Amino acid sequence: MRVNFTVNGRRQEADDVWEGESLLYVLRERLGLPGSKNACEQGECGSCTVRLDGVPVCSCLVAAGQVEGREVVTVEGLADFARQREQGSCASGACGTSLQDAQSWSAAPRDGVTDSQTGEGTELSPIQQAFIDAGAVQCGFCTPGLLVAADEMLERTPSPSDEDIREALSGNLCRCTGYEKILDAVRLAAARQERKEEAV
Amino acid sequence: MDFLRPASWEEALAAKAEHPTAVPIAGGTDVMVEINFDHRRPEYLLDLNRIGELTEWEVGGENVRLGASVPYTAIMENLRAELPGLALASHTVASPQIRNRGGVGGNLGTASPAGDAHPALLAAGAEVEAESVRGSRMIPIDEFYTGVKRNALAADELIRAVHIKKADGPQQYSKVGTRNAMVIAVCAFGLALHPETRTVRTGIGSAAPTPVRARAAEDFLNAALEEGGFWESGNIITPSVAKQFAQLASGACNPIDDVRGTAKYRRHAVGIMARRTLGWTWEQYRGTARTLEGAA
Ligand SMILES: Cc1cc2nc3c(=O)[nH]c(=O)nc-3n(C[C@H](O)[C@H](O)[C@H](O)COP(=O)(O)OP(=O)(O)OC[C@H]3O[C@@H](n4cnc5c(N)ncnc54)[C@H](O)[C@@H]3O)c2cc1C
Ligand code: FES
Ligand code: FES
Repeated sequence: MRVNFTVNGRRQEADDVWEGESLLYVLRERLGLPGSKNACEQGECGSCTVRLDGVPVCSCLVAAGQVEGREVVTVEGLADFARQREQGSCASGACGTSLQDAQSWSAAPRDGVTDSQTGEGTELSPIQQAFIDAGAVQCGFCTPGLLVAADEMLERTPSPSDEDIREALSGNLCRCTGYEKILDAVRLAAARQERKEEAV
Repeated sequence: MDFLRPASWEEALAAKAEHPTAVPIAGGTDVMVEINFDHRRPEYLLDLNRIGELTEWEVGGENVRLGASVPYTAIMENLRAELPGLALASHTVASPQIRNRGGVGGNLGTASPAGDAHPALLAAGAEVEAESVRGSRMIPIDEFYTGVKRNALAADELIRAVHIKKADGPQQYSKVGTRNAMVIAVCAFGLALHPETRTVRTGIGSAAPTPVRARAAEDFLNAALEEGGFWESGNIITPSVAKQFAQLASGACNPIDDVRGTAKYRRHAVGIMARRTLGWTWEQYRGTARTLEGAA
């Protein structure tokens, strides 16, 4: 079957989709967006977390056909998504992330620090930058899901308590970091967000 | 496999009548696991996501009519006052991502003895509104669970909503697991005080082939509270009464040994949870009773 839906602000069409296929499979294998990770396929790990009509869900448990006509944001579109949220609207009319950009997504080098692999890339969202700055990424397999979940929590709860953070991330497993640095990263992003708001 | 996408409730009923083997899919948090692991290859998947009314609820005078697909997150956020037991139970389900998708209709569809909604529904008192092209009927919650992962739905029926009695007193939900998130209950216990009818109702999860009420324990406690005039006095429940209640609740279990726990442990834990939830709710009841008296 064919599935039409919006991915990172752009209309996409996936063809030859098997009826029992998950949204995660469509994203990774049909649209070439491997950012959302497949670690368990049973909702336990959260590494496949995306936003479906704004709500964080495990994409491995959403049937492809259920997303027809709906909006999905993946980690590849998170930086653009966060930028648009900050700007309040899609002013330029060229919002969202094209499939090509998303497929070849890479982070822009920051402050002249060159990364051998990336030439020009996307500027990171605040939560992504905070994960790097706090050292919250080790193998990185859990990172995309955590970024999507944490970004949504900060949108909903701008000044989260530790309890809020733990609760919001309770569906995301990490086998490397022991979580402390992940909590640090989210606190850091929250503090930066607060500072920015005060400055406005 | 065919993917059926009815745009309305009537279309969904017609599709289910035409294809009784079709597997409804709401949040997909049970169905997709089975498909991903090849445990199930249904001929038809019947998507319920496009039927908006299934995610709506109405608060009436006596009951809350909870649409089958209302996600747990919405129950926690919006129905804490009306359905405290179910809201507490909802909060123990899995993780935010799962609670954003899964709901009571799917929990009832799966009818796992470990489903967290069941003890809360049994304790509060509820009826399942099942419908087919043949008509609609209300199934009392006590008659809904018919066996391990079996329920009273006919092949052509879908769950439209669950009618749950609005709380008229304190309710509690307690669950044993190895951690707070992402835990399938080793066993669970729901308890609701119903001061209007001067009764206590219970629900036990994961300690018998189906979710069950601890009826003998309820009968004993109801009689003891009545006889001792506890509902009027708001006195602390005599420890011997609480102990007997806990033992009878334990006795209502018919558990198995499995990877999550032994039968013996489950029986023991259910007794403890029965005593604790009774203590917590009764404290709340005494508190409110005193304020009411004070105000009068
Ligand atoms: C990682 C993980 C953790 C979990 N933890 C818990 C937990 O802690 N506690 C718990 O109780 N559950 C848990 N579950 C199970 C699951 O999330 C719940 O049972 C949930 O309530 C299912 O709802 P759903 O809408 O996703 O159901 P679906 O998967 O969409 O459907 C479940 C069943 O119900 C049927 N069905 C759905 N809607 C209807 C309807 N309207 N009429 C008739 N039949 C219908 C389906 O055909 C299917 O048989 C967990 C699942 C996962 C993946
Ligand atoms: S891959 Fe979806 S939750 Fe693990
Ligand atoms: S960094 Fe390796 S799983 Fe989290």
